[in-house]
Amino acid sequence: MNETKKKVSEPLLQISKRDAMPWWKSYLVRAAAILLALLISGIITAALTKANIFVLYKTMFVNTLAVVKKNKLVFSVTKLWTILQEVAILLCVALALTPAFRMHFWNIGAEGQVLMGAFGCAAVLITLTGKVPVPVLVLLMIVASIVGGALWGVIPAIFKAFFGTNETLFTLMMNYVAAQLISFSILHFGWGASKGMNYTGVINLLGANKRVGWFPSIFGQQYLMNILIVAVLTVLLYVYLKYSKHGYEISVVGESENTARYIGVNVKKVIIRTMILSGALCGISGLVLVAGTDHSLSTGTAGGRGFTAIMVTWLAHFNPAYMALTSFLIVFVERGTKELSTAYAQISDNLADVLVGIVLFCIIGCEFFINYRVRVHLPKNRKEGKAE
Amino acid sequence: MNIVSMIVAAVQQGIPLLFGATGEIVTEKSGNLNLGIPGIMYVGGISGIVGSFLYENSLHGAPINPFLGVFIPLICSLFGSSLMGLIYCFLTITLRANQNVTGLALTTFGTGLGSYLGQSLTKLAHSETPDISLIATGSLFRKSFPVFPEKIRWLGNILFSYGFLTYLAIFIALFAAYFLKRTRPGLHLRAVGENPATADAVGINVTAYKYGATIIGAAIAGLGGLHFVMEYLGGLWSSAGFGDRGWLAIAIVIFAIWRPNLAILGSILFGGLYILGVKLTGPIASIFGAGTTDIFKMMPYVVTIIVLIISSIRNRRENQPPASLGLPYFREDR
Repeated sequence: MNETKKKVSEPLLQISKRDAMPWWKSYLVRAAAILLALLISGIITAALTKANIFVLYKTMFVNTLAVVKKNKLVFSVTKLWTILQEVAILLCVALALTPAFRMHFWNIGAEGQVLMGAFGCAAVLITLTGKVPVPVLVLLMIVASIVGGALWGVIPAIFKAFFGTNETLFTLMMNYVAAQLISFSILHFGWGASKGMNYTGVINLLGANKRVGWFPSIFGQQYLMNILIVAVLTVLLYVYLKYSKHGYEISVVGESENTARYIGVNVKKVIIRTMILSGALCGISGLVLVAGTDHSLSTGTAGGRGFTAIMVTWLAHFNPAYMALTSFLIVFVERGTKELSTAYAQISDNLADVLVGIVLFCIIGCEFFINYRVRVHLPKNRKEGKAE
Repeated sequence: MNIVSMIVAAVQQGIPLLFGATGEIVTEKSGNLNLGIPGIMYVGGISGIVGSFLYENSLHGAPINPFLGVFIPLICSLFGSSLMGLIYCFLTITLRANQNVTGLALTTFGTGLGSYLGQSLTKLAHSETPDISLIATGSLFRKSFPVFPEKIRWLGNILFSYGFLTYLAIFIALFAAYFLKRTRPGLHLRAVGENPATADAVGINVTAYKYGATIIGAAIAGLGGLHFVMEYLGGLWSSAGFGDRGWLAIAIVIFAIWRPNLAILGSILFGGLYILGVKLTGPIASIFGAGTTDIFKMMPYVVTIIVLIISSIRNRRENQPPASLGLPYFREDR
């Protein structure tokens, strides 16, 4: 754009970095991007279903939170909790990635780290239920999850720290090693729902060990425990990154490794320590998924959340509140599209990914207008104006 | 299962990966780490399917024109995947968005679009089974060379039993290797990927090279999806069929240390590992127990990680990723 070779002395569009935009203005830009995304999604969906676009939005908003009872739409608490718990888990993975990304360590391996956490938890549940007292079992579940996730996180970190191995590609490959390892273990040790299946049934569903190792329901809400865990982690991580010495070291290494070295930070140690933390938090997400939500294990347990979380974390600029909002937006679009797909035959729930993609494109694109100023130089009379 | 059919199967498995890997190498040489390759390959496949579906339906039973039968899906596939490449370029180069995030969003979008269009076409075709079959087009893509003399039939099978896309893949890979290493535009492209500021200073149009390489790379990768649905499956689409081949293609880029000619070997090797895993399930499972197929499926990734580690430890300059890989370039940002 600005590099087009024109014979005029000034390019048509002049792009320059902006000083920090006032926060309310940047939020307005983001809100505009989200509205634009919803508009594009709405037009596409309307074109597919030939339905009124406003009816579609209404269906999406209402059906996501309500069910039909006796021919009347009634607010559904169950649906709300399901959404909140989906948001919580996505947020948990996004949180796990935050310390790594602040350090400018591209941890694309959250999917694998979550899977390994889930694997650790499920392995303990399957092999040790009934053999050890319940408190010990729960403790072992937690430890196994954290170790599983941390191990998967620390291996690329060690090589990055000592040999400068490209972490983006390394962590990406580790995802598939984790997935195949789980598939292998389930088949090899016969944990499958039935013989030859590479996914387990619901663990401890019935019998003497019914619900052993499952997170308890609080106030009758199955998912409240998950949400509480994530809420506590959010606060702890925020304090750790903002107010602790470790958090400071992470930021410095992220800004410039040379500066970090100059002020006496042990860069290798920080990289390895931070990735243990990032992996361990991913492991906890796996624990929450197995013990709190699914109570089963398969290669799809992480369900792409590891990848979605990368986008959530990055787009939220590591701000927990904004991360929660982005997670909510993505979960809402996913669930809303699923609701539409039950209402309209022309839509399948695969459209959810397309719409989420459009929303992400818009949010990714709007960052440009927050960070850069565009001036248009009209060739005619050289009017200066802002285009936003 | 004899050795000849094993090799043939390995090549057939490997070619989609080769297209993906060559496309990604060309892209990465410009400094763009496009993690949207899996999505682009999906779109490349489904665009071809949509094109040939519309064409076959417009025939109303008339015999298929061999030229159009191949040309339409090919053009549709190239168009679809180039468009995906354009989205990536616009966001990362013009709007300076983060490459990893944009790439992953593109993968979400592309796989979703592929599955969605696939499902819609299935409904349109009133098909009973959850897939689309375009046998006529598929057989055109599968048309191979005439059979060899009886005596050396095995050689003929290994070399000439594939459709034209297979040869195209190998040709593109060899040409890309030549282009990057031996031509002036290739040198410029590598300069852009290594150090865009320097390239800019000597008068290379960085934006144009980045756009060009990424869009052409996406088009090449999309052909991998087309090969998979048309030649490998013979004109079928099933949403989950493509699997994680897109990520394997990115693995091959590393395995081949950013050289398209090595990617040919890498993709056939990875294809072979996959075939071994599938074919040897019975005998190996009886010795080592169930689940061994997964160990074979894991191997390509493990091998890739080992290559990545070794090349970073040896630290030889010619075996490294392009120096500015994944970094944005903004001229005023110095």
